[in-house]
Amino acid sequence: MSERAPAVLIVGAGPAGTRAAETLVAHGVRPVVVDEGLRSGGQIYRQPPEGFSRPASALYGFEARKAEAVHAALAAVRESIDYRPGTLVWNVEGGVAQTLGPEGVGRIAFDSLILATGAMDRVIPFPGWTLPGAFTMGGAQVALKAQGCAIGEPVVFMGTGPLLYLVAYQYAHAGARVAAILDTSSAADALPVLPGLLWGGRTFAKGLWYMTWPRTAGIPVRRGIVPVAAEGEGALEAVRYRDRRGREHRVACTGLGIGYGVKSEVQLAELAGCEMAFDPLAQQWLPEADGDGRARDGAVYLAGDGAGVAGADAAELRGRLAALAWLADHGIAVDRGERARLRAKLRRIMRFRDALERALPVPFHLARALPDETVICRCEVITAGEIRQGRALDPAELNRAKAYTRVGMGRCQGRVCGPAAAQILADARGCDVAEVGRLRGQAPVKPLGIRAGALAAVEDNSRAASI
Amino acid sequence: MSTQSPGATCRLVRVAETERPGVTVFHGARPLPALAGDTLLTALLCNGVALRRSEFDEGLRAGFCNMGACQDCWVTLEDGSRIRACTTEVQDGMRIRALDGP
Amino acid sequence: MSAVEADVVIVGGGLVGCAAALRLRERGASVAVVEKNQLGAAASGVNFGGVRRNGRKLAELGIAARALGIWKRLPELVGSDCEYAITGNIKVARSEEHMVQIAAHAEAQAGYGVEVEMLSRNALLDRYPWLGPSAIGAAFCPSDGQANPRLVGPAFARAARAAGAELFELDGAAHVERDGNGFVVETESGRTLRGGALINSAGAWGGRLSARFGEPVEIWPMEPQMVVTEPAPYFMEPVLAVVGGDVYARQIPRGNVIFGGRSGTADLDVGFGKVHAEESLTTLARTIDIIPCVADLAVIRFWSGVEGCTPDHLPVLCPSRTTPGLVHAFGFSGHGFCLGPASGAVAAELALDGRTETPIEGLDLSRFDTAEQPAST
Repeated sequence: MSERAPAVLIVGAGPAGTRAAETLVAHGVRPVVVDEGLRSGGQIYRQPPEGFSRPASALYGFEARKAEAVHAALAAVRESIDYRPGTLVWNVEGGVAQTLGPEGVGRIAFDSLILATGAMDRVIPFPGWTLPGAFTMGGAQVALKAQGCAIGEPVVFMGTGPLLYLVAYQYAHAGARVAAILDTSSAADALPVLPGLLWGGRTFAKGLWYMTWPRTAGIPVRRGIVPVAAEGEGALEAVRYRDRRGREHRVACTGLGIGYGVKSEVQLAELAGCEMAFDPLAQQWLPEADGDGRARDGAVYLAGDGAGVAGADAAELRGRLAALAWLADHGIAVDRGERARLRAKLRRIMRFRDALERALPVPFHLARALPDETVICRCEVITAGEIRQGRALDPAELNRAKAYTRVGMGRCQGRVCGPAAAQILADARGCDVAEVGRLRGQAPVKPLGIRAGALAAVEDNSRAASI
Repeated sequence: MSTQSPGATCRLVRVAETERPGVTVFHGARPLPALAGDTLLTALLCNGVALRRSEFDEGLRAGFCNMGACQDCWVTLEDGSRIRACTTEVQDGMRIRALDGP
Repeated sequence: MSAVEADVVIVGGGLVGCAAALRLRERGASVAVVEKNQLGAAASGVNFGGVRRNGRKLAELGIAARALGIWKRLPELVGSDCEYAITGNIKVARSEEHMVQIAAHAEAQAGYGVEVEMLSRNALLDRYPWLGPSAIGAAFCPSDGQANPRLVGPAFARAARAAGAELFELDGAAHVERDGNGFVVETESGRTLRGGALINSAGAWGGRLSARFGEPVEIWPMEPQMVVTEPAPYFMEPVLAVVGGDVYARQIPRGNVIFGGRSGTADLDVGFGKVHAEESLTTLARTIDIIPCVADLAVIRFWSGVEGCTPDHLPVLCPSRTTPGLVHAFGFSGHGFCLGPASGAVAAELALDGRTETPIEGLDLSRFDTAEQPAST
């Protein structure tokens, strides 16, 4: 009797998931590819719905060719994979992924898992950030890219990182009115690591171009600012900030994009049993993996921004490398030269990312300095003051603070507020942020409709509890 | 009854892709014009309609991450079922419960 | 590290251990507690949160009555009500047979001073129109309620500490033995504690400790698994349980519905419960039979924890028969949250006085005696 081929499940069909799938197919393996998106490309190369007409050059700018190549790669292997778009993996337990898709709740048994779960915006709350009209930078970009909409009129972009300038550019280019770009970092922050940044070559040049472009377009750019508040009756009307000299300013806007870089979506990696370690540069707990993305030998592989943010180009390389690692681990011959080339390319990008992270440290001091009444957990409406007061109950770590205060206990399970809450708790305890730990991942990683879950229940009375 | 607080309304502004076929979604009894391919979040916010009330403060909410991560935009359909507005594409005739009840 | 000396050393800083510590301080005794996890975070912290006498086994009603008095005094005792609220409890029958069963139990409980009202199907649906068609009647106990398990154990721990108890968390007992007239406990971190008396409130691990003193009790890990929904408009005041135990549910005023009925998985050597989501799907199905309107809601979190279950699903709460000064208070079999505050007080009294006014007949170890298992060594 022949052994059945090992079942490989890829979660995510962005650049990493797509390249992993393509690589496996090229070696005769047929993976299952589950993706929350209705169309492939992930967030970075997100494709608009049917019937949209803007060309890739308008949607993806400099990256249009790459985006089209990633879309084409998935399309090319579509018949050779078991592709399930519009499907959430809400839990991983043992060798089974539990899903929620168009057909309801399902289960996918796997021998190996390649997680390419991507990233979301890193958020630092500030007073008023829950007002209608305030979005993440990524959310603002999705509105434009995938829906042809601006998040307001006019729009302010606030935060730090390359996306700040990129999204502002995309908005202005699309004809939306951008009232200001408010950058919490000052350009001087970047100087000490310039030699490191040169590794980025083209990427860095592009970054510089995005940063200098607003001046020519007449869009005010303020650097070194401190966010004060978003304000408005019922919806956003203006944002207030302090400039470098401490003077306060107010900019009228009905849309506000906020973002401080992006952070990895690691919940499934944690549920799949990966070891987690604190990354001081990303200021985030990340699943541990080797350079090729091997997290748990033979069982779990990580690729793309979900395994630590390094951007879309790196995600493609990491998707390929994770798939090649899987193939090599399962006795399938792979081209060693190709692996070496991919690793070398990835090393160059990682060096650049490292330098960029050092140049633009996440300004979490802004979170630690927030006034007590600032809402930190937007799901449960838990304030900075409640987290600090919860300190009186002496929570040694973040899950304890959650137990006492409900911070991170709502619909998003701490995805949005967790990093800032950790900073506030660490500050209140006077300890390093790594010491307060992280909010443990729990299933379901996103809300699961009870009706759908109930329909999928398998009756098995052998385990009934009696209480 | 109006679903907006006094003062400003949040509003997405269409800047491109406006040539798509029109569809109608209902917010309570109120018909709202939308375009095929809109997400429910886009359809509601283009009409200046906030998505939900916060359970724990006075504020209205209108989504945040727009990519299915923050879970801020869950709305209730007329049949009582719950749906995430930013990842659901509209269907013509879709009915959403208004914030102040039907 | 010099040894910690105390009148009483407590192994296990859950709700029972912390409540015992507080009671001991009230009595003027010095006390030290060691807890391998965080204080109040194991079974005490992750359970359902019901505080009830409805449907409770008769052997537990004496402690439950005392517990009720303590629950009502939480603000003065521990500085917070821990979200304790008297909301009533309905035990729902889904068959005539179950109806007969709960009526008989209600009558037996009346002898213990527990007032329970039997509700016919019509009376039940009049009062709770959100119940589904499978509910045909119920026993309603108005004096029952609920509390937030995440808060209670830690609140007792803080109160005990404020009253002068020494509590050590994240430092389990590695070695426990009789030493002269007292006990010596060495912890994983190398700490030494000496006490004249020892309380074994080690929960699911209590059987291992009792075996150390020649009193083995078989303890199975049980892993009650909970489901919590997104917040919904408040509709459900009482705590609900069905006969058979496959659904229990409550709603907190913030709106989340919390329910359970099936089990996760646990390994006592690992030390925490793991969610088994397939089991929770079954819980979802069972629950919408009883409370149909939750079908529209979304689950935002599952959780589980480890609890210790004895062969007869009753706690062990008694003085040791082999070792003077040793008191057992463990194996609460999923009933420990409501009973915890009083069980701690009882354990404290047993440690100091060798006796308690609270009726605890039927909870000692003699009930497990068999021919092969000698009563004492």
